[in-house]
Amino acid sequence: MKPPKFSYLRPNSLLEALNMLAEYGDDAKIMSGGQSLIPLLNMRLSTPGYIIDIGRVEELKGIREKEDAIVIGGMTRHVDVEKSALVQEKCPLLTEGIRWVGHNQIRSRGTIGGSIAHADPSAELPCMLTALRGEIVIVSSEEEMTLSPEEFFLSYLLTSLEPNQLIKEIRFPKIKKGSGYAFEEVARRHGDFALVEVAAVLELDYDGTIADAKIALGGANSVPFIPEATEEFLIGKLPDDSIIKEAATLQLDELDPEGDIHGSKEYRRYLSGVLLERALYKAVERAREGVIA
Amino acid sequence: MSNYTVKIKVNGKVIDKEIESRWLLSDFLRDKLGLTGTHVGCEHGVCGACTVLLNGEPVRSCLMLAVQADGLEVETVESLAEEDGTFHPIQQAFANNHALQCGFCTPGFLMSMKNFIETHPVLPTDEEIREAISGNLCRCTGYSNIIKAVKEAYALKC
Repeated sequence: MKPPKFSYLRPNSLLEALNMLAEYGDDAKIMSGGQSLIPLLNMRLSTPGYIIDIGRVEELKGIREKEDAIVIGGMTRHVDVEKSALVQEKCPLLTEGIRWVGHNQIRSRGTIGGSIAHADPSAELPCMLTALRGEIVIVSSEEEMTLSPEEFFLSYLLTSLEPNQLIKEIRFPKIKKGSGYAFEEVARRHGDFALVEVAAVLELDYDGTIADAKIALGGANSVPFIPEATEEFLIGKLPDDSIIKEAATLQLDELDPEGDIHGSKEYRRYLSGVLLERALYKAVERAREGVIA
Repeated sequence: MSNYTVKIKVNGKVIDKEIESRWLLSDFLRDKLGLTGTHVGCEHGVCGACTVLLNGEPVRSCLMLAVQADGLEVETVESLAEEDGTFHPIQQAFANNHALQCGFCTPGFLMSMKNFIETHPVLPTDEEIREAISGNLCRCTGYSNIIKAVKEAYALKC
């Protein structure tokens, strides 16, 4: 298995990268860490004429704190997020979930922008970004725009990115004080893509009732799924056993996972309920412990 | 530009070569430099046999183009033993503990563990070692002896 022939371009700045995209867009593919793209090239599932390697574009790297969000450059590697004290403090859901991304040999090359752009429905980052109601900033040589995950993720491995656009940065909202979070996943082997995964953030009021609930399930549908009715059901309730159990199964009928050799459709649907229940328990527990100060 | 001139430091030696941009780092090391210690198993990032260190960090050399390593430093399993053949403590520990049988996966394990031991100076738990070796597959021995070897490597280094 060897990649097909292509022309290799390595821009040193974002402007240069965007100009290359403007020129070769239809026949070009952006390469960030290459951890999804290179297997596709090796198996010749993708045969672009040009590879634009943005690995040396320093402007696309880094983790910044804004008032209400952690802003991560598209070319920032998984390992840098995993080890970031800022992320651990302000958005620990990300620290927890990112450890499920491949193995450390993958996380030392793979990038946040790459995971989002690849849009595998069972990948961890799209699920966490959707749960957090984050934003994706995309740029072309002509314009810059900000999209919600729902606008960005269209279907299996399909996003609204146009051939002349790339991901500049991703905004992960900070987890608010008084909230708890959880990331739960089941994969056949650690490091494999998830059968199903759940990311949840719950905010508790002073009286112990749920003030806000943000949840996403990955691997269950063609894009990360927000169980809106479940979130609404939870708000205002005291999260005891019966409420959590009821919430966890409320919308399982709406899930449409693909069955394959690793797990049937029915199993994945059942698993979604189990993981959602675990995530809700853990998020409530953490909110009560006051883990976010 | 399907050809590209790169300067890559491999096991301490700077290699200056014109290469095809489509060459994987693993093929560059094996076929162009003759460093066949890096083994190629699945060629799509699953098995870990081709793990090398890039600027000290473990990466899959089959999931990287050689051109991406331009200006960077690569270490392969050939860099571990001394010139006189004396094993690196990790190699010695693998040998002592029968942590390999056919040996195909071993270069990947050794390079992953070199980084792990360097970045985790305190003796880790079995659980942590299991997590650390989870990106490398071994089909002969099972993993118990590999875990023993990693622990012994800590002792040998002291």
